[in-house]
Amino acid sequence: MIDYSKEFEALAEAYEASGGNAASLLDKKSASLVVSHNKIIGKNEIAGVHIEGGSTPTGANAKITVDPGAIVEKPVHLCFGVIPKEGIQEIISEFDIGDGARVTFLAHCSFPNAIKVKHTMDAKIHVGKKAEMTYSETHYHGEYGGTEVLPVVKVIIDEGGTLKNEFKLIKGTVGQLRIDYEGDLRKDAVCEFDAKVYGKKDDRIIVKESIFLNGENARGLAKSRIVSSDRCQSEVVGEMVGNAPFARGHVDCVEIIKGKDARASAIPRLVVNDDRAKLTHEAAIGSVDKKQVETLMARGLTEDEAVDVVVRGMLR
Amino acid sequence: MLQLQNLGLTLNGKQILHHLNLETRPSEIHSILGANGTGKSTLASVVLGLSGYREISGRIAFNGDDITELSVSERARRGITMAWQEPARFEGLSVAEYLSIGQRYAGDNSLSPKECLLKVGLAPESYLTRAVDGTLSGGERKRIELASVLAMKPKLAILDEPDSGIDALSIDYVVEVIKTFSRNGTTVLLITHHEEVAEIADRASSLCGGTILKTGDPVAVARFFRNHCQECQHVNLPEQEEQNDDRLLKGI
Repeated sequence: MIDYSKEFEALAEAYEASGGNAASLLDKKSASLVVSHNKIIGKNEIAGVHIEGGSTPTGANAKITVDPGAIVEKPVHLCFGVIPKEGIQEIISEFDIGDGARVTFLAHCSFPNAIKVKHTMDAKIHVGKKAEMTYSETHYHGEYGGTEVLPVVKVIIDEGGTLKNEFKLIKGTVGQLRIDYEGDLRKDAVCEFDAKVYGKKDDRIIVKESIFLNGENARGLAKSRIVSSDRCQSEVVGEMVGNAPFARGHVDCVEIIKGKDARASAIPRLVVNDDRAKLTHEAAIGSVDKKQVETLMARGLTEDEAVDVVVRGMLR
Repeated sequence: MLQLQNLGLTLNGKQILHHLNLETRPSEIHSILGANGTGKSTLASVVLGLSGYREISGRIAFNGDDITELSVSERARRGITMAWQEPARFEGLSVAEYLSIGQRYAGDNSLSPKECLLKVGLAPESYLTRAVDGTLSGGERKRIELASVLAMKPKLAILDEPDSGIDALSIDYVVEVIKTFSRNGTTVLLITHHEEVAEIADRASSLCGGTILKTGDPVAVARFFRNHCQECQHVNLPEQEEQNDDRLLKGI
């Protein structure tokens, strides 16, 4: 049996740097999956949560199944990372959340030393009828800006099911990030995509969140909070398509620019194909709101401190 | 305390404040009474030093020092702050954090965030962890704004219409908070167009057409306001109305 303890230790350290609690990866009462580079170095299944997976030359495959009706009390921990300065990690994953199940995933992706690291995630998610899934993913890419991250997620949410998905990358540098999320919602389904990214230096950020409200009374929210500082460039595409009666969707984008060389753009796309559907959007792009900053300055903060408080709050 | 000497401000070619003189006394509640559009909020912005309100003529002094050129932060660290008429909202910032920011510079014997909320009639257990965002009603947000000024224990608190948008039941809390400021040694510049609220002050000034027309006993100033200013046409037309001002003053 291969001893992965040193690799686990290194990844656990990176996991903590990204905000995770490494002890949870060893908790036998919590389901977990730990993938270092292209090796699965830790896996724990619990009643109701099944994890199948295997290594590939460039990454790993994983299928996570939650039994119908299972109420998973503790979050399922997922840890992906590449510790060396260079490498490729391609994750192909499938999540099948059974009817009526309820589960939360806490995923941490760490590339603390990345000079040239590419991480792709090709995920298919199926949320069963009246099931509830929360997926919270936090990234840490180190300080060198050498990470390329390309998550592609396709979601199907069955009748009455709910998915709340949050992507957060606010520590360290981003490198290159291209998020592509797509949701297919059936009757009474609910989907929230929420991306929070703090770009610095020469980071490039593209966030695409698409929600197709295909079932009657489906609800969708595509939300993004992006900060672009230094020479960072960001683009957000929020797409909402109302294809069914009484579907409701909202695109909510805020992008803040800090610095004269930063760039940001927002492209909301709303399509209504049923005259009983209703979609809305709001987008705000520009510098930090002056009134917010001056309110905090009137409490004694400097302008820089005030901007930092506003930005940190927005990215929480 | 605060001295405004011959203040003038022109915005977009329009004179908003002119020949404005005002002096507050330590720990007093000083009401600024005026109709909509007479420059009350502009005056507050000038005293605080907000951007867009810095190109003034005249002088602002605080405790004897000229603060005309100081930034908002520098004025705040000298003890000047404000409760906005329509306070900003902050995504992701909890009420506890918001109140703590002001408390950082409050010095000894400042009130805790919990105590500040109790003073404005909000239950700490229901509000401390809530975000200062759009989920709060306008009235709740205004009370939290007052609490955050309380937390700062300022020397001068500018309260810009703290009574507007507040339900009748809550107005007593607002009045009591204003009195608390004064009891704690804070001078209050109370901007309002409600005579009843203005009358809780130690002194009042009537602002009309961008200048102070009368300062003195709040009841007398309120009467002056009622008789001369509520229906007058001074609103931000000081140049044209200066002669009328003179006539009005002579008729007092």
